[in-house]
Amino acid sequence: MEILTENKILSILASVTDPEIPVLTITDLGIVRDIKFDEIEECWEISITPTYSGCPAMDMISTQIRMTLFSNGISNFRIKQQLSPAWTTDWMSDSGKEKLKKYGIAPPNNPDFGIPDSPAACPNCGSSNTSLLSEFGSTACKSLYKCEDCLEPFDYFKCH
Amino acid sequence: MQDHFHTYLLHLADNALVLGHRNSEWCGHGPILEQDIALTNISLDLIGQARYFYQYAAQRKGAGVTEDSLAYLRNGNEFFNFLLLELPDDDWGFTILRQYVFSQFQHLLYQQLQNSTDQQVVAIAAKALKETAYHVRWSREWVIRLGNGTEESHNRILRSWEKIKDYTGEFFIPAPYETELINSGMAIDPGCIREQWVMEVSSVFEGATIPFHGSAWTQSGGKQGMHTEHLGYILAEMQFMQRAYPGLEW
Ligand SMILES: [Zn+2]
Repeated sequence: MEILTENKILSILASVTDPEIPVLTITDLGIVRDIKFDEIEECWEISITPTYSGCPAMDMISTQIRMTLFSNGISNFRIKQQLSPAWTTDWMSDSGKEKLKKYGIAPPNNPDFGIPDSPAACPNCGSSNTSLLSEFGSTACKSLYKCEDCLEPFDYFKCH
Repeated sequence: MQDHFHTYLLHLADNALVLGHRNSEWCGHGPILEQDIALTNISLDLIGQARYFYQYAAQRKGAGVTEDSLAYLRNGNEFFNFLLLELPDDDWGFTILRQYVFSQFQHLLYQQLQNSTDQQVVAIAAKALKETAYHVRWSREWVIRLGNGTEESHNRILRSWEKIKDYTGEFFIPAPYETELINSGMAIDPGCIREQWVMEVSSVFEGATIPFHGSAWTQSGGKQGMHTEHLGYILAEMQFMQRAYPGLEW
């Protein structure tokens, strides 16, 4: 039988996707914060952090982690919610950002948090001639923009 | 012995839950789709923040207390939210202005709570602060837009302030259960953020061409569990299912 390691578990978790943005995995998003083995209880402790406080995807993600680990024959684990340090889009992987762009969502691009009307480049044509339509979009993590060149509306994943 | 810290956690949670509930009443009724979505997103954030505080309070208590029992099975006099947050929505201007004055308060409060001696309060406040920054920004821009908009929108926001101003004083008066926690460093003195709140709000009002005049007298009591008749209606709607069908899940 293969010996379980943190890396093995991490690679299994890398197949769990965000229910609202299915091109991103929870490891792309930086949601998995820690994996460690509790020797006393002989149990893996997986720490995950919420993105937005009220994000309805979080409960779904916990369920999917459970299902995925069970289906890989792992049952001695518990999931712990960790709030600190607070999640930030800085933890999103570069490959995650690339996948978002291909999916039609402009990735977070501004290191200075809180300036969502700074132009996000259009994921369709690359133009930076864009304007903000709405600070709040279809999910907590996104704003809605419009490209003034190709005229397509698009979502922008807000810096957080 | 009374558990003041428990009451304080409920106070922080109840504020977020009650306003989150009020805002959720706009779902499907916003003036335009984008703003309907904005307000419901803010509701989600607030309810999420309430959950963190309830979960923490429940974990401290043990003995079968859960975040759900705290939200659904307490009576009105066991809720410790500000009175302002339970007032019924009047119009869009009222909703916006209430959101702004409260978000501005919450933003300053969460900043200060980073200094709490309780690490979980620090963690929740740090998390919530990021979202609250967006709430301040969104509601502030709307206050300015309505103030500078048409005569109608200007008058409505003026009228809203006349109603709201007598309720904002409550933000800054520590309740008896807070005083002891302030001394021990677990809570922060809300009085110490008043000056900055007035500065921020009056500068936004200036941009919105609304005269800022505070009120020496204030409505109060919510933080101690003495409420207006409006909270009862909120709880009746929010708690009905759990009261009628205890433990119901869906
Ligand atoms: Zn374009």
